[in-house]
Amino acid sequence: MSKHHVTTTINGEPVEYLCEAQQTMLDVLRDELGLTGSKEGCSSGDCGACTIICDGNIVCSCLMLGVEAEGRDITTIEGIAEGDKLHPVQQKFLEHAALQCGFCTPGLIVAAKALLDTTLNPTEEEARYWLAGNLCRCTGYDKILRAVMDAASVMRAEAGQ
Amino acid sequence: MSYLDKAALKVVGTRPIRPDGVDKVIGRASFGADHTMPGMLWARVKRSPYAHARILKIDTSKAERLKGVLGVVTAADFPNIANEEAFVGEGPMNFRDLSRNCMARDKALYDGHAVAAVAATSAAIAEEACDLIDVEYEVLPHVIDVEAAMAPNAPILHEDMFTAGVEPKPTKPSNVAKKITFTKGDIAKGFAEAEVIIERKYSTKPVHQAYIEPHACLVTVAPDGQTTIWSSSQGQFMVRAYCAKLLGVDMANIRAIPAEIGGGFGGKTLVYLEPVAMALSKKTGRPVKLVMSREEVFRGTGPAAGGTIEVKLGAKKSGRIVAAELVLKYQAGAFAGSPVGPGCMCAFAMYDLDNVHITGYDVVSNRPKVAAYRAPGAPNSSFGVESCVDELARELGIDPLALREMNAARDGTKTPYGPTLVNVGYLQTIEAAKNHPNYKIPLGPNQGRGIASGFWFNIGGESSASVHVNEDGTVAVVEGNPDIGGSRASMAMMAAEVLGIPYEKVRPVVGDTASIGFTFLTGGSRVTFATGMAVTQAAEKVVEQLKSRAAAIWDISPEAVEWRDGKAFPAGANAGSFEPLSLADIAIKSGRTGGPITAEVSINAQGAGPGFATHVCDVEIDRETGHVKVLRYTAVQDVGRAIHPSYVEGQIQGGVTQGVGWALNEEYIYDKDGRLENAGFLDYRIPVASDMPMIDAVMVEVPNPRHPFGARGVGEVPIVPPMAAVANAIADAVGARMRDLPMSPPKLRAVLDEIDPPRMAAE
Repeated sequence: MSKHHVTTTINGEPVEYLCEAQQTMLDVLRDELGLTGSKEGCSSGDCGACTIICDGNIVCSCLMLGVEAEGRDITTIEGIAEGDKLHPVQQKFLEHAALQCGFCTPGLIVAAKALLDTTLNPTEEEARYWLAGNLCRCTGYDKILRAVMDAASVMRAEAGQ
Repeated sequence: MSYLDKAALKVVGTRPIRPDGVDKVIGRASFGADHTMPGMLWARVKRSPYAHARILKIDTSKAERLKGVLGVVTAADFPNIANEEAFVGEGPMNFRDLSRNCMARDKALYDGHAVAAVAATSAAIAEEACDLIDVEYEVLPHVIDVEAAMAPNAPILHEDMFTAGVEPKPTKPSNVAKKITFTKGDIAKGFAEAEVIIERKYSTKPVHQAYIEPHACLVTVAPDGQTTIWSSSQGQFMVRAYCAKLLGVDMANIRAIPAEIGGGFGGKTLVYLEPVAMALSKKTGRPVKLVMSREEVFRGTGPAAGGTIEVKLGAKKSGRIVAAELVLKYQAGAFAGSPVGPGCMCAFAMYDLDNVHITGYDVVSNRPKVAAYRAPGAPNSSFGVESCVDELARELGIDPLALREMNAARDGTKTPYGPTLVNVGYLQTIEAAKNHPNYKIPLGPNQGRGIASGFWFNIGGESSASVHVNEDGTVAVVEGNPDIGGSRASMAMMAAEVLGIPYEKVRPVVGDTASIGFTFLTGGSRVTFATGMAVTQAAEKVVEQLKSRAAAIWDISPEAVEWRDGKAFPAGANAGSFEPLSLADIAIKSGRTGGPITAEVSINAQGAGPGFATHVCDVEIDRETGHVKVLRYTAVQDVGRAIHPSYVEGQIQGGVTQGVGWALNEEYIYDKDGRLENAGFLDYRIPVASDMPMIDAVMVEVPNPRHPFGARGVGEVPIVPPMAAVANAIADAVGARMRDLPMSPPKLRAVLDEIDPPRMAAE
């Protein structure tokens, strides 16, 4: 079985890879490209631990095929910080102790970043529903919501709002 | 030394950023499945599709011939382990059972039981090879339900299992592994004195720990037998002990390296994959990576026990409880070892009772072997007891908090399981709940408020830690417990406090089995207590060395040196007049004053203070759908002293949310053939962000004097009260008493329809 050649952009960098037709984007990220920050919790799109941003939309990378990345623009958890500057969501996760084991954290941070790309004024309820596809078993979501809402307020201030 | 004077503390009690935090928010932390090695093979496990079946023959030849397959193992590749009790994990365990749980021998005992495993050049080939393994089964009658498994004509799982704890010794095999009893006072006399007696039966379903990270490991066995294991577990020493025993090799030949662990909650206190990957690596001569799918996690690991809880309470009209009787029947899964013991211990421990009788049964059935889950055993029995106490309060017309206050266990209370309580804060949790603004918020229609309390004894145990002073005066701390929820931070904080240096100057790491002394696994709410004690003592030993090095530099006696704020000072004018020496000043000269400054402490920590909690839950019922919405949740807990308050709150909030899931949604559903029907997160629904409100975690601090900083375990007791708190709130809201978990919409609808039968439109 011959492999498919894919040309794409991941975290702002041009990337080329070969993958098999049945490989998911998550398999490609983790096993072919060594980007293990995206986690596999269920491989059925239920837990959100593998969340990435593809052309501005959040997707579970376990539900996307590697070949579907052709020509797209993909952001993974490894691309959320700018160099050594953490994204406000990352910083607030740390300050609010919004992680315990840290396994769901990459997916939640990617999803929360995408939310704040959409709006800097989410209500708590909107944030809860936006993040309802990201399971966390450790925190009870309390500190995660506080971190996201606090990050939104920091970003509003930065944007002069 | 003791550091109980809170005002004098500079680091402990603050909320710094955890040392491993940045790696975890940028995706760089390395979890169980994130490790790779050159030449690595991928393995998959073949599992039984039957709940109970004799394995007549396994033909692996077709699988072995598939291109890319390098090795297949079955039970024949493992030593046949003798019946031997193991004190390795959390709760009772047996090496033979664990071996047979990792790889079925003679019989498959549940749907999902491992029967063979394949190592191949890719996961897809390994998967394909599993389908080519031909297993010939003789399907046997199976039993899933706990009471059905206890019936005289039930299918027997183990022909050599005779109920322990009954006299005379039974001659017929049984699915009841063990019967235990706890007695205090005279139960018959107690009920004779009672003016009100409430007798009820409750039940809970097994629930999965549902850590988001599936089990994963990478194992390499070299030709000389030297083995390295990277895996996600709650104890690298536990992994080493089981692998050595199950494969029949010396512990010295195994180095177990703890990966970051993506949640455990007790479910990773035993092994499933490591011995299998080790056997495959030995057979193929290649490193082997083995990772479970979510379906395998549900079918083959955990869960927490379910079972029945029969409660009988006798009380005076004043509310004073004079007799308490309990019968617990807990599912153990396919092998003996349910947490019925702790279930018995914790059930009535919140109360000061004179007459108690508790009976517990440990019952096997054709389900996966249960694993520890946060306060194992206590949530079930407490669901029954705390629901029944609420029913008693309603019967007597007494406020449920007042009833608890009247009967509360306190210092000097002798628990039904033996120990007498000292320095406990149960009454303080009741007081704080009563005074919390949430307790006074008026409720609307279809809204209700439920109260429940909980107890967990907490444990100490064997822990090791070392503290190394680096040449520049910074410090490394090595501990033996995997960090499952921020414990690196609390270890670094305690070391920094003792040494008198900033938290940021201390970097903690979790050592592998060759890098730190034996440490019992992360569980039982023991890490901050026991390993924290080891870290504190190691830091104190370092302080002693720093003082003697300063004394050597000054040429005075070590007794004449005082250590404060991270510096050595001459103790008073008689000691001489010297400029203070900082830790860095002393560190840089350590080569000339006696060599490296380092200390390792290994202890068996005693005196873990028990934890008490009182929860207040407000719900709103949608009468049309039977949906229960948690409006607000207040969890009050005696935490001893919070080392890092944010992570203590996190434990409380996480435990509450798991409890709410247990109460409202989570359950294992089996079909008539004993196959699990909901082995995925879509059909096994754990709480999501939109299900929950903010959770008010209220910390009461009654310091535990047996710990240098007053800490007591905090991780487990938060999951004990929620099921009854939710049930009691539902009863308060709509008068529906839900005695069988989960209280899912169809079940609540059925009860509501019973209370208020639906009328046809024509009527």
